[in-house]
Amino acid sequence: MAREVSRQQVEDFLYHEAALLDEWRLDEWLALLTEDARYEVPSNDRPEADPANTLFTIADDIRRIQARITRLKDRNAHAEYPPSRTRRMIGNVRIVDQSAAELRVEANFVVYRFRREERIREYVGRYRYRLRVTDGGFKIAKREAILDALELGSLGSVSFIL
Amino acid sequence: MTDRTYVVNEPDAQNFKVNRASLVDPDVLEAEQRRVFDRCWIYVGHESEVRAPGDFRTRNVCGRPVIFCRDSKNALRVFLNTCRHRGAIVCREPEGNAKSYFCFYHGWTYNRDGALDGVPGESAYPASFDKCEYGLVEPPHVGSYRGFVFLNFDEDAVPLEQYLAGAKDYIDLIVDQSPSGQMEIIQGTQEYDIKANWKLLVENSFDDYHLLTTHSTWLDYMRNSGVQMKRPERGHLLPSHGVAKALGNGHAVTDNQNFRGRPVAKWIPVYPESAKPVIEKIRAELVARLGEERAQRVADTNRNLLVFPNLCLNDGSSVTVRTFYPVAPGHMRVRAWALGPKEETPEARAIRLDAFLTFYGPGGFATPDDVEALESVQAGMATYREVPWSLVSRGMGKNEEQLNTDEPHLRAFWIQWNKLMTAAGHGA
Repeated sequence: MAREVSRQQVEDFLYHEAALLDEWRLDEWLALLTEDARYEVPSNDRPEADPANTLFTIADDIRRIQARITRLKDRNAHAEYPPSRTRRMIGNVRIVDQSAAELRVEANFVVYRFRREERIREYVGRYRYRLRVTDGGFKIAKREAILDALELGSLGSVSFIL
Repeated sequence: MTDRTYVVNEPDAQNFKVNRASLVDPDVLEAEQRRVFDRCWIYVGHESEVRAPGDFRTRNVCGRPVIFCRDSKNALRVFLNTCRHRGAIVCREPEGNAKSYFCFYHGWTYNRDGALDGVPGESAYPASFDKCEYGLVEPPHVGSYRGFVFLNFDEDAVPLEQYLAGAKDYIDLIVDQSPSGQMEIIQGTQEYDIKANWKLLVENSFDDYHLLTTHSTWLDYMRNSGVQMKRPERGHLLPSHGVAKALGNGHAVTDNQNFRGRPVAKWIPVYPESAKPVIEKIRAELVARLGEERAQRVADTNRNLLVFPNLCLNDGSSVTVRTFYPVAPGHMRVRAWALGPKEETPEARAIRLDAFLTFYGPGGFATPDDVEALESVQAGMATYREVPWSLVSRGMGKNEEQLNTDEPHLRAFWIQWNKLMTAAGHGA
């Protein structure tokens, strides 16, 4: 990489991504991913594990991410119809490593999820990204959302893009 | 409690309905804790979750905190997780290996076998105090079948194998996936709440009638991935043939020809191309070990089994062990795990886990919609005084076989539940 990436550039990107997800602009979000991207949410009792030998909540390759978006846009995805309102707060953004071809970034999140006549659900945790720097800006090669709750419990399901 | 009718079962009139009060009434919940959960064999865990002396998992079973563990001789034990002194929890970690169980409140210590070992200031107790009488308490019965461990709080309980009745054959079919006859729980627990009565998840776990509408996006996902699905035959709703059966004592099952792919041993285009040879090898092992007929039974049929009252073994897109218990009439807690053969290769294990997530679990393509359906039912239950009955009569009076989209299996659950709830001599 010719030039160091600044934290502000990364933050701008993450805030943009959060806005797309909160506005349910899912196709535009999909365009932020690389062609071999992965999206993972580990089980709460094994936050640091490998989906090849551990049961996860979500462990999608790009094919299944695409299928997930197709599903979420369908009004028969009952768990998200009508779609939840979400609001993401992202902070403590850190570039952990930029010596390799891909940037490693971590950030904390709170995602509030609202549905009609339901309790507010607060998904709290940290993101771990692998970002690729391309001519068109950053692309997400891997996106892990690691929840802090010891169990999903009253959060119920992760039926939206966390 | 006893003056209300919960289940109307009139075979001659071909009428079967369930009183919706059974899903909302707090008195029903209290009664079923005593009459159902305290009298049945209830799933605690799987032998593979504790392997060495001192290994433990803490769980909630029948509303009681328990320690599921191996003692000093590596025997399976279940201790009630409460100090004999004043009652505090003596093991507060979810899992681990214990040298002893220590109550931090006043310092009483129990060894791995549950015996009371250490009492600070023991000399101040009167002569009548005998440490031998103050070990951790165990439920009256603990039993294990093919690795699945259950407890029973009823002194007079029938033996576990007698209780399991016809469910044993289906557990055997699942365990036959393993060359050594040993399955194991794979690490990673899915723990989530559903704002619905626990009995609704019993129904939902093996109700194939809901597949077409609740899971249309999952069926679309399968089709879009290139999975061939036949048009249903005349009079059928689903792409493949499947039946439903009662297995005795409230246990029941759906028994289906597989169309959805199975890590043992049917490849579908949802899986990567690289999974083909791995699955072919598994299948060859099944045929060599079990013969063609039994191998087909294990590999080409899938089943959702209910072990009454609250254990579901769904052997479909993968194998999930799922148990759940009520927190309140309209609130349950679910625990689910993936199960696989102990000797599974890393490649096959990865395929199994990936297949699991296409359907099951709180981030899967199907379970969240089930949760939504059950919560939607529970919301509707607020009208139970005006709309008191739910209809469970599909397939009644039919001459032909009972299909998986009929409801003999749901009726089997409700009949047993009603029998226990209304039995004389077991006061709530």
